[in-house]
This record gives sequence, C-alpha cells and structure tokens, in this order.
Amino acid sequence: MASRDDIKFLSNPNIGQKRQKYCRFRKFGIKYIDYKDPDFLLQFVNEQGKVLPRRITGNSLKYQRKVATAVKRSRHLAMMPYVTDLLK
Amino acid sequence: MKNYEVTFIVDPVLSGDEIKATAQTYVDHLTKVGCTIVHVDEMGLQQLAYPINKRTSGVYYCIEFSSETGELIGNLELSLYRDERVMRFLTVSLDKFGVKYNKDKREGKIGSVKKKEKKASKSARPQEKERAPKSEAPVKEAPVKAEAPAKVEAPVAEAPKAEEEE
Repeated sequence: MASRDDIKFLSNPNIGQKRQKYCRFRKFGIKYIDYKDPDFLLQFVNEQGKVLPRRITGNSLKYQRKVATAVKRSRHLAMMPYVTDLLK
Repeated sequence: MKNYEVTFIVDPVLSGDEIKATAQTYVDHLTKVGCTIVHVDEMGLQQLAYPINKRTSGVYYCIEFSSETGELIGNLELSLYRDERVMRFLTVSLDKFGVKYNKDKREGKIGSVKKKEKKASKSARPQEKERAPKSEAPVKEAPVKAEAPAKVEAPVAEAPKAEEEE
C-alpha cells in the first residue's frame, strides 16, 4: 500500500493548463521571411510538406500570410517539396 | 526606385564556365537596361526537392537589383523562359524589410544573430529550468506534502461521518 504522503493529487494538475501561444515574428521582431531559407520554413510545415495552421504555430495573421507565400515560393524553386512523406 | 530579386536554377550538366557565363549574361542584360546590380549571390550546387526536367540538382543564382521602372521585368522573364540553360526562375519585388534583410545577410549579421538567439534561448532555458526547481521545488513540495494529505484525508474523514449521521 502506498502511503498517503505519496499521493499528492488524484489527477495530473498540469494536464488542463494551456501554454500561451505567441507570434514569434512579433516577439523577435522579424520583419522579412526569406523564401531561400528552407531550413527555417521547415518549422511551419508538417511531415507531408503542408503549411501548418495558425492555430498550431500561433503566428499572427499578417505573418502567417507571409509564411505561406514564402513556402509557396520556395516550393516553386524546388527548395521545398510540394508533396512528400516523412519530411522531418 | 524599386528593388527586385531574381533567383534562377541553372542546369548542372553544363561546364563550370558555361554556368558562370549564363549568370553573367543576365547581369550584363540588367546593367545594359540601366539597372544597378546590388549583389549577385552564387548559392552553388544544391539538391532539388523534386526532379525538374529529369535533373535532381541545380546551380542556384540570385541577383538583387534596383531599377526606376518595372518594365524591364517582362523582357527579363521572357529571356529566362527562352533560355534552355535555365531550369526555373522566380522574380520577386522586395519591400524595405527585404532589402534590409539581404543587406544584413551579406554582412553576416543574420546567420550569427539567429545562432545567437538559438544559443541564448537554449542556454537561457536550462538556466531557468535549473533555477526554477531549485528555488521553487522545495518551497512547493513542502506545503504540498503538508496540505495535500490533509485535504485528501479531511473529506474522507468527514464523508463517512456524514453518512453515519444520516
């Protein structure tokens, strides 16, 4: 039998907490998103090479649009794939 | 005065001189029309993300230039289209942030800044993590140990009593 001292909480108290999302471009003052830098753009793309939604990346609308155009441009220049599996 | 940037991929099958000549033709073409070339970036041979014309790699070139009018872009793109040595190209007009970004990149600020940021954030996080548990953990754990069992016990102790009373 576990003693009462070991039982602190009946459920994990950290489960319900939301981590605050933020726009990294606003936070770090990045004004221009380079389409020639595929390593950076890889952060905003899922395993299949699709652009991740704002709901997940936390970008503000202004910069989400810029990210999307940058990804499209770098796809055109074959720096990023249009479709793949296991990109990451 | 508008700033533009044209990136194109040259066929890697050509010899080194021919590749350089290809890039040089467009630099000459632009200067002839009256543009000022800001920078020619040779990004070198890179692997393509997907095959283009059955080629899996290409030589990337990026020419940044500024011109008074945008009329020359049509001619430039037409000649790029017609050129068999060029596999793919993209012309982009740069805003003031883009110009600044390219300038900083040339001076080597961007790469180092990013690394510093990453390093700083990486180094900062562990420090915070290290500090946080040291300072908070003993404080947190102590009251939790003292209070939590009491809280758990209290309702358990009270509940049966209430039931018994009823």
